[in-house]
Amino acid sequence: MSDEQVHEAQARIATAVHSADVLLFMKGTPLFPQCGFSSRAISILDHLGVEYATVDVLQDQGIRQGIKTYSDWPTIPQLYVKGEFVGGSDIMMEMYESGELTDLFAEKGVANAG
Amino acid sequence: MRPWKRGLLRFLSFDPSSAKTASSLQTGYIEAMTTYPTGPVATAIEERLRAALSPTRLAVIDDSEKHRGHAGHDGSGESHFTVEIVSPTFEGQSRVARQRAVNTALADLLAERVHALAIKARAPSEV
Repeated sequence: MSDEQVHEAQARIATAVHSADVLLFMKGTPLFPQCGFSSRAISILDHLGVEYATVDVLQDQGIRQGIKTYSDWPTIPQLYVKGEFVGGSDIMMEMYESGELTDLFAEKGVANAG
Repeated sequence: MRPWKRGLLRFLSFDPSSAKTASSLQTGYIEAMTTYPTGPVATAIEERLRAALSPTRLAVIDDSEKHRGHAGHDGSGESHFTVEIVSPTFEGQSRVARQRAVNTALADLLAERVHALAIKARAPSEV
């Protein structure tokens, strides 16, 4: 990818993370996750009942590569709340189990899924 | 939530009772080097983490067999791993910082050999 393409992908990622209160970069879609870690992340978000949006990195090579440098995080899924990087699926699971994820969503005023 | 999802979540969540059983079996010098014997990639992961993070407890578990036939399983095994690590360097660090430290220590392996890595990182005070 050219520098211009890399720059363009970073700009699209920045737009995406601010496009929803809760945004998950994942492989596949919520109904058809293409990876066990993404599937686990979706299960957690569904269980907590928050409204969320997803970006399927398999549909966009620029985002798939760019998301790794955007937050200096090498793996997918990646969870963002109000534009801030929270973590990957291991961190989501730990925060879910300890109740911290529920607290974070409440603290940030995240809407429940309708 | 749909019942199958609840089941899935339970299936995927870490079972703390098994970790307690493992730790209760560790005594003395064995505690510093608990690993499940596996192939060269697992050995490399273990060596890197020992050198970078001086763990007081370390388990490198090869989950590859569970993923046979799915993307990323290259047939040689040694593609999917779980690392459970306790290190004093994690004291006071955020979860993100801890995972970054593990990922940094394993950067070239993650780029070339390892398809998936689950990380449980704790400080000694949390064990």
